[in-house]
Amino acid sequence: MNPARTLWLLLVALFVFSFGLAAKLQPQFQSLESTRRQSANFFSLLLGDSSKIFANSFFVKADAYYHSGYYPTIFDNNSAFQTPHIAEDTGAVASHNQGAEDIGFMGPPRDWIDAFGRNFIPNRHTHLDEGGPTDDLSKSSQVREILPWLKLSAELDPENIQTYLVTTFWLRTRLDKVSEAEQVLREGLRNNPGNPQLFFELGQIYDENYHDIARARNIWEAALRSWAREEPDVPQSDRLKMTLENFDDRFMFEQLQTSLALLEEKSGNTATAIARWQQAILAAPSTADMQQHIEDLKHKLAEQPSPASSK
Amino acid sequence: MRTIFALAGVVIKELYRRKDFYVLFILTIVICVIMASVNIFNDNQIVRYLKELCLLLIWVSSLVIAITTTARQIPAEREQRTLLPLLAKPLTRTQLILGKFLGCWLACGLVLICFYAFFGALAASREHAWPLLSYFQAAILHWMALGVVIAMTLLGSLVFAAPSSNSTICFVVVATILCVGRYLDAVALSLHEPLRSVIYAIYYAIPHVEIPFEMRNLIVHDWPLIGWKFIGLDILYLLAYMAIFLVAACLVFRRKPVN
Repeated sequence: MNPARTLWLLLVALFVFSFGLAAKLQPQFQSLESTRRQSANFFSLLLGDSSKIFANSFFVKADAYYHSGYYPTIFDNNSAFQTPHIAEDTGAVASHNQGAEDIGFMGPPRDWIDAFGRNFIPNRHTHLDEGGPTDDLSKSSQVREILPWLKLSAELDPENIQTYLVTTFWLRTRLDKVSEAEQVLREGLRNNPGNPQLFFELGQIYDENYHDIARARNIWEAALRSWAREEPDVPQSDRLKMTLENFDDRFMFEQLQTSLALLEEKSGNTATAIARWQQAILAAPSTADMQQHIEDLKHKLAEQPSPASSK
Repeated sequence: MRTIFALAGVVIKELYRRKDFYVLFILTIVICVIMASVNIFNDNQIVRYLKELCLLLIWVSSLVIAITTTARQIPAEREQRTLLPLLAKPLTRTQLILGKFLGCWLACGLVLICFYAFFGALAASREHAWPLLSYFQAAILHWMALGVVIAMTLLGSLVFAAPSSNSTICFVVVATILCVGRYLDAVALSLHEPLRSVIYAIYYAIPHVEIPFEMRNLIVHDWPLIGWKFIGLDILYLLAYMAIFLVAACLVFRRKPVN
């Protein structure tokens, strides 16, 4: 056989093989790319899973700003700073802090250099929303300084619900930036579709800030449906058992039912409110007050003239 | 004294002929302006992250300028064979060292004036306040800390063979002091003898230039002024280290062959 012809045939065969391989792999590669594009933002693409470590660092940085730089390092006693205070103050997380935060983490000076150096660093426990180092309450809006780090943290780890909740809390309650808080929650819901905690916060904005009761009710009911969908195979009674493991589940359920009950009371739907309170009792650790409130509502309902008698 | 100032003038002229400062200054401005243009929840009064970034860039830039400028002073004179004619003039070796030191230190002072003016303008654009005394305290201690670094680098340029190795060693030493210098005593407490004594000895021996560095937090978070007594004491402390390094440099240079 002519060697030149053999070479040409081999080349054609290789070309056909590579074309076939490319045709086979291309669809798989395209689907992989589109999944990646959907799930990852710029930072995730750049840093991979390590972006979550950076996100946590920036969240802690926001807490350091909240204390105007007075913050323990890895060399200090940080038992009073286990849970960032910016998160603790929102009530979104359970606190793991031990000891009084006002007692300094630095302890007594170790030597004269340490004692001298403490004059050049923040050396007093303050909170920005209480005026910071100047203790001037008129400057409480300076708490805005924590926002860049929270924003960066949310961009680095878009799946961390706590960051959205904390950002929303400070924007809504201390800085009166309701529209921005709503945007943060909607961004959070885009990244974590159907999250009941984010829905709950969004409902609060519609209830407390926009006074749009109908929409708040819809959102909270959607949150309850999401809560049920999270673990469809587990019966509700199991999820509401009084154990430490399902604390978050119970807490969310109770908050949603309580908020809906209060909303119904506000709307004058006492019967529906009683039903909501009865649901809330299932998840509440102490029920005496709620039970009493239900009894009061029942009395109120009994005193109300029925629509038939009023006619 | 006039000879020392004449020599210092030459070093300052060298700095503004070189492009190091311009590049770092423009880079700092560009980074800060880009960061300032980021929209954070439609709030244009947020400034502390900018102040922190700007001060960090100022520290990094000033250290780069101080170390690289100082590290090449005497080796360059030796390489260009201008050291011998320089010493042939009525100029002692001690005056040469002091002239070079003063030149680098004053040049860094000029650099700091530019950087801190930009920092003040950047902060004022958002805060609408001029805490000039706080900036003055930060800048003066920064300059003193740079003086220690310059004196240390000058000594290094007489001990180490090449400017590159001297610069690298100085950068590593200064970065280590800035990052962990303050905590070495805490680290020593957790160790057993004899390592504990070694770490303690290092802790007491090193110049604590991290004290002015950590003062950034006070500026960033608008803490009240530091007592002038403490500023004065820190200046004296840093001046003492400058003197120690300069005396050591003079002693080493006296025994060093010129060619």
